[in-house]
Amino acid sequence: MTARNIYRKTLNNVMLSVTALCALVTVSTLFVVLAYLVYNGASSVNLDFFLKLPRATGETGGGMANAILGSAEIVGFATLIGVPIGFFTGVYLSEWGGQGVFSFIVRYMCDLLNGVPSIVIGIFAWTVIVRPMHHFSALAGGFALSLILIPITAKSTEQFLAEVPRALREGSLALGATKWRTIASVVVPAARKGIMTGIILGVARISGESAPLLFTSLNNEYWSSGLSEPTASLPYMIYTRAISPYDDWHRQTWAAGLVLLGLVLVANIAARLILTRGSSSARG
Amino acid sequence: MTPARAHSAMPQTAMNTSPSEFNHPAQASAQVQTPPAKMRASNVSFHYGTFRALYDVTLEFPANKVTALIGPSGCGKSTFLRSLNRINETIRGARIEGEITLDGEDVLKMDVTGLRRRVGMVFQRPNPFPKSIFENVAYGVRVNGLASRSELPDIVEKSLRRAALWDEVRDKLHESAHALSGGQQQRLCIARGLAVEPEVLLLDEPCSALDPIATAKIEDLLVAIKDQCTIVIVTHNMQQAARVADNTGFFLLGRLIEHDRTDVIFKNPSKKETEDYITGRFG
Repeated sequence: MTARNIYRKTLNNVMLSVTALCALVTVSTLFVVLAYLVYNGASSVNLDFFLKLPRATGETGGGMANAILGSAEIVGFATLIGVPIGFFTGVYLSEWGGQGVFSFIVRYMCDLLNGVPSIVIGIFAWTVIVRPMHHFSALAGGFALSLILIPITAKSTEQFLAEVPRALREGSLALGATKWRTIASVVVPAARKGIMTGIILGVARISGESAPLLFTSLNNEYWSSGLSEPTASLPYMIYTRAISPYDDWHRQTWAAGLVLLGLVLVANIAARLILTRGSSSARG
Repeated sequence: MTPARAHSAMPQTAMNTSPSEFNHPAQASAQVQTPPAKMRASNVSFHYGTFRALYDVTLEFPANKVTALIGPSGCGKSTFLRSLNRINETIRGARIEGEITLDGEDVLKMDVTGLRRRVGMVFQRPNPFPKSIFENVAYGVRVNGLASRSELPDIVEKSLRRAALWDEVRDKLHESAHALSGGQQQRLCIARGLAVEPEVLLLDEPCSALDPIATAKIEDLLVAIKDQCTIVIVTHNMQQAARVADNTGFFLLGRLIEHDRTDVIFKNPSKKETEDYITGRFG
């Protein structure tokens, strides 16, 4: 074997090892994080955690029931605003906008909005909602999160609608259906599994956001009495508890992290299941 | 476009051929009385952006007859067919010139959904919607508001019977249309088109994705439904044109080269290009 050949073979093996090692690091990161959360937090994930309010500063025991409900309220409100707007934007881009100037601008803005740091979105929501209202609220938090959700939903909806074969659209139009009827009755149903997946992943993404909530929904040690009140949320709880000096709070922080990660994992797995089951029946 | 004018515009050769040459049963009545044209295209040209796909095509489709459009790939026959129900309008940069009429009415000025209700289409590849068999057939009736909910089951059954599919699917009407075989799916698409009772049915190479048995079923079906509607079929398969069509038009490079009764086209074409194509000496 010539020196040249030995060099080529060695380089091949070295690069294979380097890429495989990087892949291993990537996949093991998740497992290490998960293992760490389970190790530190699993013992604190109990019924109290889900059902009780936090105790006063420094006391042991209590739970994060208000933060779990608060997160649900904020994310629910964000979903209520963000999903319809994002969905219809995606429908417009895929079905009506084509390659026009307006579509180009909308698409570009979606990409930009996607890239805006979430803390900047928080400051923006603070300026337009918190300041005029003179107090923090779940509404402001939901508004901030919806701004993150809109471009995610719009892009994924557009992408899945664009994958619907042209033949299906023509089949419907050829029967005398209007364009809107074709979109509503044929195109969207054909892409519904992909669209649902995109929405689930988007909602999972915003439920872990903490920076926008610092400026908007803030926190609450008790049940919040409405959407216009400051409201506790899991990411914010993690933030405040983690920097406190109390061991019990630290344990609860790990528990909150574990619950949050668990929710995101479940959402991802659900999305994956919907997508893989869906593709066979949607295409035929 | 009065019927009289459409009448006088029939191809000359049709008049000159002696009756003894007919051996196609479908032709028996055509020689005596030509029915009035259901659809008529005059000087139709079509552009995709800067590409011109059709050059001044003039052609008419007699009522309750099957007209086949043949020609090599890219000759414009599908483009022409897709102009008749204006489905080509949905392609960006598409532009049409000339005149197309349906019962003398200007198709290009008609409400497009109304036109497509009257002029149905079956595509090259079966394209059932991701819905149940029942919902596929009921779809056109629903979107056009043609019948009440209680009438739907009867319409669906009737349409599936006309498309010779009823016996195969009667027990699984509410299962996904995607579970059917390719041939069944294509007959489902025909049933879907027939459910809105179109006056004209356009078929764009409907059998090119099907095996010979499924093809034979569809050909029988076309002959069976032509008493109820006028049929235009684009096909690559010359035997198919010979089997099902009363009249045949031959397209080449965006132009209609020749149009006549099917037996004349296949036995005694007047243009050399037609003869070369038919006899396989093309190119």
